This record gives sequence, structure tokens and C-alpha cells, in this order.
Amino acid sequence: MSDASPFAPWRDPNADPLINFSNVTKKYGNFTAINNVDLKIYPREFFALLGPSGCGKTTLMRMLAGFEDATQGTITIDGQDMQGIPANKRAVNMMFQSYALFPHLSVADNLAFGLKRSDMPKSEISGRVEEMLRLVQLTDFSKRKPHQLSGGQRQRVALARALAKAPKLLLLDEPLGALDKKLRQETQFELMDIQEKTGTTFVIVTHDQEEAMTVASRIAVMDHGKLIQVDTPDRVYEAPNSIYVADFIGDVNIIEGRISSIKTEESELIWAEGQRPIRAQTGAGLAKGQRGSFAIRPEKIAISNDEPTDVHNRVCGAIEDIAYLGNLSTYYVRLANGTLIKSQVPNDRRISRRSFTWNDNVWLSWTDTAGIVLAT
Amino acid sequence: MKLARRLLIGVPFVWLLILFLIPFLIVLKIALSDYAISIPPYTPTLDPAAGWDGFKEFFSQLDFENFTFLTTDALYWKAYLSSLKIAAISTFITLLIGFPIAYGIANTPDEWRPSLLMLVILPFWTSFLIRVYAWIGILSNEGFLNQALIWTGIISEPLVILNTNTAVYIGIVYTYLPFMILPIYATLEKLDASLLEAAQDLGCSRTGAFWSVTLHLAKPGVIAGCFLVFIPALGEFVIPSLLGGSRTLMIGKVLWEEFFSNRDWPVASAVAIILLLILITPIVLFQRNEQKQREQTK
Amino acid sequence: MRKLTWFNTVSLSVGFAFLYIPMIVLVIYSFNESKLVTVWGGFSTKWYGELLQNKAFLDAALVTAKVAILSSTIATILGTMAAFVLVRSGKFLGRTLFSGMIYAPLVMPEVITGLSLLLLFISIGMDRGVTTIVLAHATFSMCYVSVVVSSRMATFDTSLEEAALDLGCTPWDAFKSVTLPIIAPAVISGWLLAFTLSLDDLVIASFTAGPSSTTLPIKIYSSVRLGVSPEINALSTIMIGLVTVAVIIASLSSKISIARQKRDEYMANQ
Repeated sequence: MSDASPFAPWRDPNADPLINFSNVTKKYGNFTAINNVDLKIYPREFFALLGPSGCGKTTLMRMLAGFEDATQGTITIDGQDMQGIPANKRAVNMMFQSYALFPHLSVADNLAFGLKRSDMPKSEISGRVEEMLRLVQLTDFSKRKPHQLSGGQRQRVALARALAKAPKLLLLDEPLGALDKKLRQETQFELMDIQEKTGTTFVIVTHDQEEAMTVASRIAVMDHGKLIQVDTPDRVYEAPNSIYVADFIGDVNIIEGRISSIKTEESELIWAEGQRPIRAQTGAGLAKGQRGSFAIRPEKIAISNDEPTDVHNRVCGAIEDIAYLGNLSTYYVRLANGTLIKSQVPNDRRISRRSFTWNDNVWLSWTDTAGIVLAT
Repeated sequence: MKLARRLLIGVPFVWLLILFLIPFLIVLKIALSDYAISIPPYTPTLDPAAGWDGFKEFFSQLDFENFTFLTTDALYWKAYLSSLKIAAISTFITLLIGFPIAYGIANTPDEWRPSLLMLVILPFWTSFLIRVYAWIGILSNEGFLNQALIWTGIISEPLVILNTNTAVYIGIVYTYLPFMILPIYATLEKLDASLLEAAQDLGCSRTGAFWSVTLHLAKPGVIAGCFLVFIPALGEFVIPSLLGGSRTLMIGKVLWEEFFSNRDWPVASAVAIILLLILITPIVLFQRNEQKQREQTK
Repeated sequence: MRKLTWFNTVSLSVGFAFLYIPMIVLVIYSFNESKLVTVWGGFSTKWYGELLQNKAFLDAALVTAKVAILSSTIATILGTMAAFVLVRSGKFLGRTLFSGMIYAPLVMPEVITGLSLLLLFISIGMDRGVTTIVLAHATFSMCYVSVVVSSRMATFDTSLEEAALDLGCTPWDAFKSVTLPIIAPAVISGWLLAFTLSLDDLVIASFTAGPSSTTLPIKIYSSVRLGVSPEINALSTIMIGLVTVAVIIASLSSKISIARQKRDEYMANQ
């Protein structure tokens, strides 16, 4: 479970954050878009704001860019209070969801646009533009207008334009949303590569959990203007702090029950008459005797014809449905008490050799650390 | 930033206040004034220095005498009725001619449509006055139309068309035809061809599909087109003045003559106010129609 | 389904004949040798020559051009501002009144607009002349301009302006170097519309013109009331010709630029 990455400034109590939100609230009339947010983002981080639309992630980003002011609380960037500082006076640049490339300017002029409005001497501008074109591999396209570029090329121009002024902080608003799936995956690695090369702090807004998991050093999962969990991708996936996070990130089985014992390492949950209690990791905010929910990822559940005897957690049920996905199959197993459990198994042998099929009685099992008990 | 915003709103706002709203209030005031005192320098005048008494004095001088006059003289209400009639009939004729043209354009292959549309719009850019003038030469007794009809032997005596209401109808239909064609075309062009196929698939004949689907879906465009023709036709001056005869009564013409020939400004203003009151209903209906369409497209 | 039926063909032919025959007749008769406009006396361009000798017409044309250029320029500036207010300014005191004043002149009968402006100019003691016509034309055409520009503004991607601010522009700089170049086509068509409206206007100009500021439509109207004249035919032909050439050029150039854009987009995605 421990984080192997040596880059973890958020663990260091002495590290200075680049961005510090403290008690930030943003209201539009009666609507609270951001509700008392505290958040520190450190230099060189690739930080993802993740959540469904309307959760406030875009508002949070626009406050960093200078397009919105906080109603309450303070936002500092590099120690400086940002209240009232307009967008054009901030060392922050943004890559827009629509790319916002100026349609009347060529690629080179788009890249030079911000530089011309900085204190960079005129003589150095064209050199910087060349450098940025090389960074995104568009050297041959400098004379083109945005409408003469493909979607992927436009995306790279938008990135280069935002990076040209060497901002302390780069904001990316759904940067890959307009690309098709294959291109998006390639571009994710390019983004990470460029972030490493330039050493810029990136804050990305996305609703795509896979994208956030791939690129980010840390993820903030948001809902209704609040931060629900801020953690590394593996922690968010394996140790969600709430059902909301468990459900939002990836696929999950939820079994409700009553907590019968709590220890720091593991807890037990009584979930059905005459069944053994489930043993799992202990989540936050639990109390003995209270209702709780057990959350487990489908791929952590093994499926077998015979009762496994070496694991504590095991249940029996009938296969109701099988979803064949090529590399994986998902089995929908109905338990005696009516609960439906998904188990995902890699298809490491040909489908004709599969040992169970519809209506077969099978055993599902998982280890004591595979799932987690969460407060309901 | 604040100052810039104020200037941005303020400049056009003040301009419109001074050159649109205030002139309109002046018309209202003069309409309520007596003939004798409405010749410059207009009295009654509002004297702000006199305070509330000044206000009372100001309002006490206003009356509805001019409006009463309009109801007693048959000329005026006949003119209003005749304007309404002419505008309504010519709107209907414009619809009868405009719909098939719009429908025809919507049915032509894609590559022809821009050129046909340009042909519809071109007259709109050409001088209105010249287009009305063109009909004088055609409709007069020795004009092109009569010559052609006599030459083909259809008639032996020239038809009297110029300086009659018929000429006014022709003029209005001709001038406002593009206003009818364009909105109807816009709705027909958006019409999903698969709807007609679905109607036929469900047992409609081709003409049946036209009546029950096309016509129904084109309704917003038809309504918009009718208002776009009816509203300006009602207050029209140039067409009745050039093509109509002395017996053609239209309110725009009456207003013009009251003002320029009789120099009776209060009556001219009262005529204007009533014309506006008549126009409010179709304008509000038009706005509703537009709004409904906008909501539907959303 | 989109197929021309015989009904469509007939209605299109009849419709376009109705729209164009009057103008074609006008153009043909402008080359008539005979003074009698209804009798064909052979081909001649003498009426064009006479027209060019007619000082009254030339003066009126000059006044009209002056009025049209000035008023459409003022209308474009004010109308563009008004479009921004309508699309961007959100709520402010008097917004309903403001939008009402923008849309009302579009449906106001010209006789009323003309009458009300004349009464204003008289009551403030302003001498009627070129200035008053310019003010009148600018006022009603700014409403048309603002409708044209605001419909473009409504589809304008505001993140372009935000990107400009983000890259260090002041708001004014962002307007000048990003917004204006992008909405320029709409502003130009607004100007052209205002220009044509001003060129075309008889009624409002008649109310607001003074004795020394006769515009071309006023001049044409007063001679046309006396009947058809070959000189007016010649003048009309010139005006129709200019408009036709302008409209054809405009539509061809937009056609070419759309085709080019489509080709570029196609090539970019190859």
C-alpha cells in the first residue's frame, strides 16, 4: 500500500506549497459553487481535479486563472495573495477546453501572442516560438491557421501557447476531451513528458477518472463544491474514504451491513443471516454496531466451482449473466439473499474452455485486505 | 473597468433616449395639444421651475380633442380600416406567391440553392423606390403590360391598373415578397426529409404528407413571414403614394398629407399614435412567435 | 426526397419572373432613344449622358453618399456597442428599456420615426440639413447593425477573450486584437446594411432634410410623381447595376472562402 514514488512533497510538513486555498467559498447568488475548500498544491505536481459536471472543479480552476474571485477565504500562489489580481497580471496560464486558438492568427502568431505582451525583448520572441514549436513537434506548421490543423495538432498548439510564457502554474481545462480515445491515450503520456521536461506545476480539470489516474501525482475528488478525497491515484482507488469516491472511481460492489468489530487493521461486517461476517480493511469514521458498507472492486473477487478453504471471505451464488469483454469477463452472481455481485476475471484461456456458465452455482472469494468497510 | 462598462452602456443608451424615446414623447405631447398652441414654440410647455403647479398647468392644457376629431371625421377611420384591409389582403397574396417559391427553393438540389437565395435577396439590396417606380412603367395605360396584352389580343382596350388599389396590392406583394420567402425557406430547409418518408411509410400519399407534415412544420416560418409583410405594409407610404390613386386611403399617406400639406401637426401626431396602437397587437404576437421558435430550437 | 416536381419548377419560374421582369423592363427602356418611355425608338445611351449633365441629380447623389457614409459609420460604432451590451452586459438598470429601444425602431413605421425626429429637431431649434439626416439615419440603422452584430456575438466563444486576458492582454487590448478581428465580418455586413438603408431611405429623409440637403431618393421621388422619365430609368439602371455587381462579388467571395475553409479542414484531418 505504501507509495513508492520519491516525489511526495505533500508528506513533508516543511514543504512550501505553490498554491494554497484556505477556507475558500464561492457563491453565485444563492448557489454555493465552492464550499469552504482547503487545499495545498506543491511545485512540480501534476494535480487533477476530478468530479462530475457541476461539482465546482472548473470554478476552482477559474479562480486560479483569475476569472473568478473567491467570495470568502484566501488563495495564495507562491505566497502572494491573489485576491483582486486580474488574469492578465498572473504568472498563470491556461489551456482552454475549446483550445481558444485565435482563428485569425497563424500558429506562430498564436504562440507569440502572450510573449508580445510580456517583458520579453522582441528579438527573443521568435526564438522562444521556435523552441515551443519543437517541444510540441509542430515546427512545419508555424504558418498555418488553426482551421488548417487537425484536432490533435490544435491541442498541441494550445498547450504550447499556454507554456510559452513559462508560467509558474499551468491550468488545463479538460485538455483531451475533444480527442478520440486512442489519441487521448497517446497524448496523456506526451503531457506527462512535457510536464517533466518543463518542470511546471500542472493542474488539470477532468471528469474522466482514467485520465486523472494516468497523469496525476495526486487527485482531488470533488462533489457539490467540496473536496471529498485528496490523495494519490492508488490510494483513491484502493482506499477510498467514502462510497461516493469508491463509486465514482472505477467499478465497485457495495454490500451493506452492520459493523460487528473494529480494529485498526481490519473490521468485520455482518451482512446476511447465517453468513460469515465479511473481513476487510477499516475505513474512516466507523463505529461498532453502526451500519456500514463493504466496498470491493470486481477484479479483486475470485470465482471458482469448488469452495475455497484457504480464505475467510467466501460466498456462494448462481451466475446470472456474463459480460464478455474480450480480455476480461464480468460475471454477475446472485447470492442467496438477493445481492448481486460482480466478479471480473481475465480471460487467460479460450472462451470454450471456460469452466462455468449461466446458472452454474459458483463460489466467490476475496482476501481480508481486498476490500474496505466504509461509513454509510 | 467599471468606467468602461458605464461608457459602453451609456453611449448607445443616451443616444437612443435622445433620438428615439424623447421624439416619441414629443409626438405624444403634441397629439394631446391644441392646434393653435402646437405651432412652434410649442405650448403647453413644461416649466420645471413652477414645481407641482407647473406640472398641473402642463397637464391641464393637454386634452384628447385631436383624438375626438379623428373619430368624428370619417376620413380617418376609413383610412385605418382601408390600411388594415390592404395590408391583410396583400399579406395573404404574398403568402400564396411566396410559399411555393420558398418550397421550390427548399426542394432544389444543394448546389443551386445559394444562387436562388441570392436571387431572392438581391432585390432587397436594390433601392425600394426604384423597384416601386419600375411598376409605374409597366402598369400605366400605355405601359408594358397593356401593350403586351393588346398585342396578344387578350384585350382590346387598355386596363386601368395604375392609380388603383390593385396597383397598390401588386406593389406591396412585389416589394415584400423576399420577406415572406426567406423565413418560410428557413423552416422548410431545416425540415428533416425523413419525416416525410416516415409519413409515407405510415401510409400517407405524397400530397398527404405535404399537407399533414410539411405545411404544419412550416407554420412558424409562415407566421413570421406574414408579420414581416403585414407590419410594414400597414404603415406604408411610398407604394400608395406612387402606385395608388387619389381614392387609395392608407394611413401612412394620410399622416404625410396632414403633416406636409395641411400642416396640422397635432392631428398628424394623433394619427401616428393610433397607428402605433394598432401595430402593437401584431408586433406582440410576432414577438411571441419568435420566442416560441427560439425555445423550440433550444 | 428533395426532388424538384413540375409544380416546384413552375412556381420558381413564375416567381422569379415576377421578381425580375419589372427591373429588366426598366433597364431595357433606359436605353430607349425615344423620349416617350413606352414607345421603343431604338437603342441609345443618350439618357445616361443627360443624367450626367443634370446638376440637381449629381448634387443629390453627393449629399446621399455623404449622409450614407457618415450615418452608417456612426450606426456601426453605436450598433456594435449596443450589441455588446445586449449580449454581454447581463442585468443593469433599464435593460428592458434598452432592448426595447433597440427593437422598436425595426418595426416602427417610417412615417412615425420621421415625424417624431422632425418634431425633436424643431423643438430644440436645430436647423435641418445633412446633420439632421445623418442623426436620423444613424439612429434607426444602429438598431439593424446591433441585431446583425449581436447574432454573431451570441455564438462567439468567450474563452477566446479569456485566453487573451490569460496571456496578458488588458480588456481593451483583448477586444482590439481578438474580439474585433473575429467579429469583423458581422460588423462589416452591419455597415453595408446601414449604408444601403441610408441610400434607400425616402420617408425619414423627407422629414429631416432641409431645403439645401436634398438626397437622391427625395429627388427621384419628386420627379417620379410627375410620371416615368427616361433619365430616372438610366439612374435606376446604374443603381441596379452597382448593387448587382456588389452582391455577386460578395457572394462569390464568401463562397470561395467557405470552399477554401472546407478544403483546409479536410486536408488537416488527412
